Amino acid sequence: MAGADGDDSLYPIAVLIDELRNEDVQVPNVSGGGLPGYRSKRSCSSRETFRCLRLNSIKKLSTIALALGVERTRTELLPFLTDTIYDEDEVLLALAEQLGNFTMLVGGPEYVHCLLPPLESLATVEETVVRDKAVESLRKISQEHSPVDLEVHFEPLVKRLASGDWFTSRTSACGLFSVCYPRVSSTVKAEIRQHFRTLCSDDTPMVRRAAASKLGEFAKVLELDYVKSDIISLFTALASDEQDSVRLLAVEACVSIATLLPQEDLESLVMPTLRQAAEDKSWRVRYMVADKFSELQKAVGPEITKNDLVPAFQNLLKDCEAEVRAAAANKVKEFCENLPEENREQIIMTHILPCVKELVSDTNQHVKSALASVIMGLSTILGKDNTIEHLLPLFLAQLKDECPEVRLNIISNLDCVNEVIGIRQLSQSLLPAIVELAEDAKWRVRLAIIEYMPLLAGQLPLTKSLCRVVVYAIREAATCNLMKLVEKFGAEWAQNTIVPKVLGMANDPNYLHRMTTLFCINALSEACGQDITTKQMLPVVLKMSNDQVANVRFNVAKSLQKIGPVLDSNALQTEVKPVLEKLATDTDMDVKYFAQEAISGTRFTLASLHISTKSDLPF
Amino acid sequence: MSAISASEKVDGFTRKSMRKAQKQRKSQGSSQYRTQSAPVELSPLPQLKDAPSTEQQELFTQKLQQCCMLFDFLDSVMDLKSKEIKRATLNELVDYVSTNRGVLVESTYPEITNMICTNIFRTLPPSDNPDFDPEEDEPTLEASWPHVQLVYEFLLRFLENPDFQPSIAKRHIDQKFVLQLLELFDSEDPRERDFLKTILHRIYGKFLGLRAFIRKQINNIFLRFIYETEHFNGVAELLEILGSIINGFALPLKAEHKQFLMKVLIPLHTAKGLALFHAQLAYCVVQFLEKDPTLTEPVIRGLLKFWPRTCSQKEVMFLGEIEEILDVIEPTQFKKIQEPLFKQISKCVANPHFQVAERALYFWNNEYILSLIEENIDKVLPIMFGSLYRISKEHWNPTIVALVYNVLKTLMEMNCTLFDELTSSYKAERQREKKKEQERDELWKKLDELRLSNAALVQNNSHGLLGVQNNNNNNNNSSTNGDNQDKSAEAAAVTPANQDPDVGAATGESSPCAK
Repeated sequence: MAGADGDDSLYPIAVLIDELRNEDVQVPNVSGGGLPGYRSKRSCSSRETFRCLRLNSIKKLSTIALALGVERTRTELLPFLTDTIYDEDEVLLALAEQLGNFTMLVGGPEYVHCLLPPLESLATVEETVVRDKAVESLRKISQEHSPVDLEVHFEPLVKRLASGDWFTSRTSACGLFSVCYPRVSSTVKAEIRQHFRTLCSDDTPMVRRAAASKLGEFAKVLELDYVKSDIISLFTALASDEQDSVRLLAVEACVSIATLLPQEDLESLVMPTLRQAAEDKSWRVRYMVADKFSELQKAVGPEITKNDLVPAFQNLLKDCEAEVRAAAANKVKEFCENLPEENREQIIMTHILPCVKELVSDTNQHVKSALASVIMGLSTILGKDNTIEHLLPLFLAQLKDECPEVRLNIISNLDCVNEVIGIRQLSQSLLPAIVELAEDAKWRVRLAIIEYMPLLAGQLPLTKSLCRVVVYAIREAATCNLMKLVEKFGAEWAQNTIVPKVLGMANDPNYLHRMTTLFCINALSEACGQDITTKQMLPVVLKMSNDQVANVRFNVAKSLQKIGPVLDSNALQTEVKPVLEKLATDTDMDVKYFAQEAISGTRFTLASLHISTKSDLPF
Repeated sequence: MSAISASEKVDGFTRKSMRKAQKQRKSQGSSQYRTQSAPVELSPLPQLKDAPSTEQQELFTQKLQQCCMLFDFLDSVMDLKSKEIKRATLNELVDYVSTNRGVLVESTYPEITNMICTNIFRTLPPSDNPDFDPEEDEPTLEASWPHVQLVYEFLLRFLENPDFQPSIAKRHIDQKFVLQLLELFDSEDPRERDFLKTILHRIYGKFLGLRAFIRKQINNIFLRFIYETEHFNGVAELLEILGSIINGFALPLKAEHKQFLMKVLIPLHTAKGLALFHAQLAYCVVQFLEKDPTLTEPVIRGLLKFWPRTCSQKEVMFLGEIEEILDVIEPTQFKKIQEPLFKQISKCVANPHFQVAERALYFWNNEYILSLIEENIDKVLPIMFGSLYRISKEHWNPTIVALVYNVLKTLMEMNCTLFDELTSSYKAERQREKKKEQERDELWKKLDELRLSNAALVQNNSHGLLGVQNNNNNNNNSSTNGDNQDKSAEAAAVTPANQDPDVGAATGESSPCAK
């Protein structure tokens, strides 16, 4: 409590008022002049200074309120804030956010209504972010109102906003109905419904959009009878609005509404509108239907899905706008999965698959790529025979697609097909395509192949063509994968296929490739064993110690240290040691350093060797 | 697979421009939702001019109906013959309504509007390029333009025909028609927007009953553009139309128009793509001010509120607009706004971006502005002096420094005594301000310390008596009233300062139990 005596406790309000009131007199001048050194450091942000100070004090509003105490916060701070609402949007945003957490600072739930006036003004501001934040805060504090306060203070505010002159307040009102509806008396409920109805047919499309986006949420808190009587008519009206931006929001509401209604009412109350939306003349609405298709499917149940949604889905897959097709293609797997099990296969084979086949050769790459990301999932649903007969050709076609993203999406999902059709089939049909991709011109594709290689190696038998893939991996310096591969296929394979390639690169004119040789040797030596390392790799490494690029030379030193434990003591003594000693006198500082490191490291190995073998080496 | 250039292979990352170039190869789109079945092959009808005058009307209708057939232009070889027939027919129709008198009898209106609606009203396609940047990218052109252009041409000639009767046409060219027309302004194809501009202007001129509606819908489009989507291709065109509409407003201005200025046109300045329509926007604003000079103050205050903080390019545009406004400002209005305005200008002059500084300094080349400054030199000079004096010594750009010297010289000549006073007090002033800023920092530092030390205290006691007691006090205080209010307020001012907001919330939760 050290600083909390009299004067200090008054600081906060003094600061706040100073910052908020004096801004335009003091601060711009401050930022406009002063000592050169001090200025130049801040010059870039100087224009911001004044706003930052205000923002700062608003962000520390809780400190100020705490210091003031609940009484003065209510009687002085809040009125002050309500009056100064005309301000920069950033400041208002911070204010709107702060006030949502202010309940305790004004004295707890029984005084929470004091926060309503400033938030009400904030909810009428033009800037959407500020308004949304104010609504969010209002929704939050609405929960802290007692039912009585809600009717006495909160609900009138909602009504005032709902009948405001300018569209902004009416837009904000849309988000507040659902939070107060469940907790008010039935007469007030009737009023709220009436207000919502009015806003749904508002003159301004902005308000209708806000209402449409809250329709589902509002429906959830309404009694079922009112859902049927009120919400359905509003839903139908919004779904046939003149503006497509309103209609598409009704599609979203459709999901919630359909979930609320009993099955027997869906056909008459929801389906006509949904069917119309799926065939809307605006692609945005159709896109929305495609995008929400899985949710809609779950909401309307299996029977309607079978009769209505399947044809609708077919149409969306064949839509004339690529955007819609892509959105639908994305849902293919989910839609098929959720079909009623008893006739799922039949529906897919006769209705969905023909459309999917067409999409494989779509003109738009986004459509194909969306399809490629889910199409592999169909194999688990359709089983082995169907996959081999119908899906495999599609996978192959997509693997050869001109767009790299499509190819990538297929490769990334190979494993789930493997489970269904088995290795043999997969390797016979897909491997050639994969090998081709390893030479792809797009580095992202090559990278993906390399990343999937250990996985592929686990699934595909060793073939000549796979080796070619590996060779590319070497070029890409994918040494980590290389080690895993050698572990899988054994040293002999490595000696015949990889090591020659690796060593061949030691003569490459590009020093980066020469270094790749060293990195590969680091990774391979242990897996390949002493024999191969000593006989084949070591000579190459030693030869490279004369490389003209210093980076290569010090990597030789590092490699020698690394492969030291694998080598036999004789080779170490007679071949490695002289080279390292020579490198330790190199003109380049780094080479010297790493050579010395290697010598001390290797000496340790030799010493231990010496002891363990009890040979009479001089160490 | 497309050929990959050497440079692309090297670094893998293609340059943005290259990627764009690749994308732009196919820059045609169309959006006719093909609900109709495949087009039927058209057969040519006889020429209108060859038909006997009794049959001309009938033939005209037939031709209009024929032109309702839509074709797929993305497939350039499909239905070539029919496409050509429709093109020729449209040409003939355009010719027919623009050269002949007496052809627009009442019965043709529905046919004409039907043909127009079928051809031009459509949902615009999704943009080919999702991050279409109108300033940099080539727009996607409407593929069916060979036909659509002629339909627009026809609509224009129809509206301009001396026999055109708005009273008959208003049954067809109604609110719905206008709404659909306005939606087309979002077209990426500048040729289409240009036609739409002229057409909407004609409709506004001829259909008095639609005027308020058109204005309101433009309002909505702008508000949506500003606050919701930030995307609409036709803002410049709509503003251009508005420019001439504002010109014709009657005085005194209606509240609706003032609201449009303050709540729509001024916030439009915040748009990211301001550069695309700033000229038109500034024109509209100036038109308003020429109509009603009393709007100057709110307009300038509005611009100052939305003054760009990070985008120098926009700042230059704002300065340009301010100069346009100052060009027409009345001296009395200038006095009202000079203080906040010149504070902003003084910041601009000191802007490290030389184009901003330069643009602001150019104000001193404007004779009229100079005369206004001179008249109010005692107000303007103290505001400007600090910045000018400082950058005359500090700005990195020699051109700016040279300009500033000229400006300082001009200002000195206007009021030599004041200038000398400001020069001599400059240092003291800076010192005073620096001190003030230090005090402010101190204040906050102290406050933070207070908060921290007390937060620590509360934490130590969080399970102890003190915390609970504080909290109880708190509740008591808030429920007491009357005589001891001051006291309790003071106590409250002391105690809760101890608490971190989080702590406060935590204890708050427990308070109902305490009760």
